[in-house]
Amino acid sequence: MTSTPAFFVSFDSLKILFTNLIELFGLGESLGWSAGLLAGISISFLIINVMVMSTAFYTWFERRMIGRFQVRRGPNRNGPFGILQPFADVLKLIMKEDTIPDAADKPVFTLAPIALLAPTLMIMIVIPFGTYASDQAFLSNLNIGILFIVGVTSVNSIAIFMAGWGSRNKYAILGSMRGAAMLISYEIPMALGITSVLLLSGSLAMTEIVRSQSVWFILVMPMGFFVFMAASTAEMSRTPFDQIEAESELGSGYNTEYSGIKFAVLFLAEFMAPIVTAAVVTTLFLGGSQGFDFLPGGIWFAIKMFVLIFLLLWVRSTWPRLRIDQIMGFAWKTLFGLGLFNIFLVAVEFMVAVKLGHTSDGSLTTGYMLTMAGVNWIVTIIAFIILANFVGKKKYHRPEPTPSPLANMGAGGD
Amino acid sequence: MTKIITGEEISKSIESTLANAVVASDETAMWVSPETIHEVCKTLKDPNGLDYSFLTAISAVDYIEYFEIIYHLTSLRNNCSCIIKVKTSGRENPEVQSVSDIWQAADLQEREIWDLMGIKFEGHPNLKRILLWEGFDGHPLRKDFIG
Amino acid sequence: MATIRTEPVTINLGPQHPSTHGVFRLRVTFDGEEIVDVEPVFGYLHRGTEKLAESRNYVQIVTLTDRMDYVASMSNNLAYVRTVEKLSDIEVPERAQYIRVISVELQRIASHLMATGFLLNDLGALATPLVYCFRERERILDLFEMLCGARITLSYMRPGGVFQDAPEEFWSSLNTLISDFPNYLDELESLITTNEIVLARTIGVGLLSDAQAIDSGVTGPILRASSVKWDLRKANPYEIYDRVNFDIPIGSSGDTYDRYYVRLQEMRESIKIISQCIEQIEPGPVRTETPFFIRPPIGETYSSVEGPKGELGFYMVSDGGISPYRCKVRAPSFINLTPLRDMLTGWKMGDLIIILGSLDIVLGEVDR
Repeated sequence: MTSTPAFFVSFDSLKILFTNLIELFGLGESLGWSAGLLAGISISFLIINVMVMSTAFYTWFERRMIGRFQVRRGPNRNGPFGILQPFADVLKLIMKEDTIPDAADKPVFTLAPIALLAPTLMIMIVIPFGTYASDQAFLSNLNIGILFIVGVTSVNSIAIFMAGWGSRNKYAILGSMRGAAMLISYEIPMALGITSVLLLSGSLAMTEIVRSQSVWFILVMPMGFFVFMAASTAEMSRTPFDQIEAESELGSGYNTEYSGIKFAVLFLAEFMAPIVTAAVVTTLFLGGSQGFDFLPGGIWFAIKMFVLIFLLLWVRSTWPRLRIDQIMGFAWKTLFGLGLFNIFLVAVEFMVAVKLGHTSDGSLTTGYMLTMAGVNWIVTIIAFIILANFVGKKKYHRPEPTPSPLANMGAGGD
Repeated sequence: MTKIITGEEISKSIESTLANAVVASDETAMWVSPETIHEVCKTLKDPNGLDYSFLTAISAVDYIEYFEIIYHLTSLRNNCSCIIKVKTSGRENPEVQSVSDIWQAADLQEREIWDLMGIKFEGHPNLKRILLWEGFDGHPLRKDFIG
Repeated sequence: MATIRTEPVTINLGPQHPSTHGVFRLRVTFDGEEIVDVEPVFGYLHRGTEKLAESRNYVQIVTLTDRMDYVASMSNNLAYVRTVEKLSDIEVPERAQYIRVISVELQRIASHLMATGFLLNDLGALATPLVYCFRERERILDLFEMLCGARITLSYMRPGGVFQDAPEEFWSSLNTLISDFPNYLDELESLITTNEIVLARTIGVGLLSDAQAIDSGVTGPILRASSVKWDLRKANPYEIYDRVNFDIPIGSSGDTYDRYYVRLQEMRESIKIISQCIEQIEPGPVRTETPFFIRPPIGETYSSVEGPKGELGFYMVSDGGISPYRCKVRAPSFINLTPLRDMLTGWKMGDLIIILGSLDIVLGEVDR
């Protein structure tokens, strides 16, 4: 495979640069091994900064957009169009006193924000950002790419539990218990959504998944897309699944006791999650950086991410939130069922393809994938119609109200 | 229109069972003695009888020598209303039987009357101050309360 | 292996809270996620309205009544001035009655918009429906500003009529509002009433049966949502309500969804009433002459109106002087809190805020 660089810096090119630098200083024998380390550190520095800046601008974008949905402007005081608002927020949070409650469990309390931020950043290691058919991810194209992502996002649940437990606060513990239960439950539908992708791509590596999308997987398996999007929305605890930080209910849930820079880190992690999720979904379902050739692959990737982020934002600003037992029911009954059904459907179609000889070097032909797309969309629409009308409508049918016999306004003198 | 039942009509209706409870009656209301108010209200609430199922309000007034507690009752089924009144025997330690087990609506209202007027309701499950804080001294709506 | 012992935990939904509709404190005991016991504590906004009324003259008390249910000032004013008029036998001219009914129905719409908006805010819809409801409420408050110069604490009514006639531009703006409002309600309904998340969270939640509602003294939309068809505007008509046609919407099972839906339908009925009043109103005086210090004859009376929150009544005792001897308020929000404990036990934490929101209490009225 050709090693075209993903973008103008890549791990390999930096490694070569550092090796040359070290040799220049004549330290090749003693410090030659450290070229890789230095390259890694530089790329990580770059990624972290880019992610933090994107999160900052994402908060600005979200507040402006939600304002527009609510017939008002968003922040417009700091800088033109309020563009410096995130910087004002961060400055305020840094200058605040960093309190730690007296009875709190100090190591757990301090480590929780870091434990929440680190996995979110680590997901970006394996995202393939570059041009189509490249084998470059941001940092390292692990050949267990997607499994690495699933494993790393599981650390979120621990971090939220640590945040609540370390605060020693009734509200915080309540919020984080609910959060831990919810996050653990939604990992299964997430895995089911990913499995259906793996059936067609044949490999866990993210670049292989992109390469096998001769037809984008959102067209081929819409039900899997829905299951994965719903599960990821819950994993990020965004509306309609944001019961754990329900601001209008119990103060602020697990981050009640946090202030200052720790709160800024928690806030950052919470707002970085949609960007990272959008990146993962783009890779898995929207063909990564595939697109017409008049724009480089990276720009296509960014456009697709933007569409997904806007969708998440839109849902957040319009829908109310579900109750915790309804959230759990949704995960274990609806999403689990739909996810399994989706895997079954895709597996059956794959087997039929192999039998009928529509495969070429292990993966399906484009024509067959298009047929699959058509069939799957019809099945999905039928499934949703059945779910909505026959399961939903029955539960929510309201009888006509009849006046109670206990009151009679017409009686009495006139 | 809601029919207003005069005090005389009410006292005639309960004469058969509770004649000795009625102290006085006139065209606006019927006066009952403080110890028998529970019996009278139970009879009035009876669904097979007069069916005063709805307690609209309980008020209390401080006439300097005595307190008066006024019960406004409404029958939703027959769309009529009546007024029952209780005069306490004096100003010191006024006590009246509670009707909160007959109509749950009396629960919060009797607590408010205890809080602001100082009239005790016997048999109330939770007679604590409701609008003022625990430990407040005095009963503000009384005419002799100096703030 | 010994069983793990769990114990219930008591949490304070304290007076300062993003969504308890005012300074209202609830001491809730949870067993896991389920509510076991609820103890409401209020009185944080008690200002002694009834005691203050005993040292002010009858016209000054109108401003006191504004501030009780500060969301629905017109209804408070109406209840109070009707009691004074009943006590002193003051006749109110017909045009004043029509203007009073128009103002009270507009106020009912404004109050129900606020209740609906805040219920959806409690459901978690991030203030978006709330802002839409408030946008319409602003139009109504602009109309009130034309009438009397104030938006919230209006003091528009006086014993004997209203304080001034409506200006010319009021009628044209009112007509625009009446023609626009049903479309707006349809839009709101299409967004909310069929949203599955709203249905999932409000249907079957916080049930109140009709027998229990009557026993607890509950009135207003809550009573009607429990399928009891009782509305003072039809049961005991006052002002000119017997000359207009309107329906009384009721609910089927007394859950939160019914309480929300009854309020929505009541808004539609209010529009009907207002349009009929606009057709029927005639020019004329708007206030009968009363002496500056009204001195009602010695006596007592009770009179009530159907406010947006329920039956708002005044029991007034007069001793012939310029201030009432006793002015007691039958506050609907206060009495609507009676079944709170029974409505909340057995439900989960997420339902608590919603059930409380559907009761639509205003602390100014609860505490007076």
